Amino acid sequence: MSRLQDFLPDLPCDVEGPIFAEPWQAQAFAMTVALHQSGLFSWPEWAEALSREIKQAQAEGDPDRGDTYYDHWLKALEKLVIAKGVADEELLSALRDAWDRAADATPHGQPILLENDPKRAFG
Amino acid sequence: MTHHDHDHDHHHHEHDHDHHHDHDHSELSEVALRVRALETILTRKGLVDPAALDAIVETYETKIGPRNGARVVARAWTDPAYLGRLRENATAAIAELGYGGRQGEHMQIVENTPETHNMVVCTLCSCYPWPVLGLPPVWYKSAPYRSRAVIDPRGVLQDFGVTLPETMQIRVWDSTAEMRYLVLPMRPKGTEGWSEEQLAHLVTRDSMIGTGLPLTPGATA
Repeated sequence: MSRLQDFLPDLPCDVEGPIFAEPWQAQAFAMTVALHQSGLFSWPEWAEALSREIKQAQAEGDPDRGDTYYDHWLKALEKLVIAKGVADEELLSALRDAWDRAADATPHGQPILLENDPKRAFG
Repeated sequence: MTHHDHDHDHHHHEHDHDHHHDHDHSELSEVALRVRALETILTRKGLVDPAALDAIVETYETKIGPRNGARVVARAWTDPAYLGRLRENATAAIAELGYGGRQGEHMQIVENTPETHNMVVCTLCSCYPWPVLGLPPVWYKSAPYRSRAVIDPRGVLQDFGVTLPETMQIRVWDSTAEMRYLVLPMRPKGTEGWSEEQLAHLVTRDSMIGTGLPLTPGATA
């Protein structure tokens, strides 16, 4: 963001800093927009999934001050993707492990690629 | 820098702890792993294209933001015909300026007057008119804001440093996935003869959510 701001002083930036706190939030956001565009779900359907997730988190004691928003977002997205039959929890979990091993096998500073997984589970 | 032996079992949790303190291999957080897992499966199924994801992020980070909404407001202040179209069909009038698409459907403007101040909230999740306002600020997504805005709008406004005359009515609009509101603030006094461009600089994001007022002429110098 700061790099872009140098070129574009009029950049829409939140007073509290960058719009996304971490890159994964931006990715989760973009995947949702892309899946909606590709027709996997309607926007009201998404809004309902997200709102259900937020309500549940609140019920479980999350003060829900906005900083956990994308955690709820990601959980809602995972559930919706599973509900739509695109993936199941087992597959997602196996992929998470593969990415974890890949990260572990990647020297610091190099791009982390799924192919770096020594077990080559999905390579 | 010491090099650790990486051949041992990475699944072993005690060993993992040691790993977190060295920097010669990479690491992804739990959420980052979940996001990568999702992205991998969605990409492999042809449901998303990584390049398109980058384009979406870039668009929302750099090209879309409250400036779009500010231009809409400034146009409405200077062009009565445009204001008429905005009242009639806000989605179409906003699209005239080139802003539309995702989450910009079903827009409605709510006009502030000397008698009524409007404020927008989403009590369910955080439905927000992204194409005109960019991504929602953190506080907009927080539960205390969402519930208090409905119960005690005057108090919330005070928290934002906005004190309105007791006689002014405050209307709270609950936005949904089907209907999103954009507050049209009142044009600040002392801006007679200002260009649309100049006026747009006075329009803040919060003034379009209704938790703030536009800047006044002296404030931007």
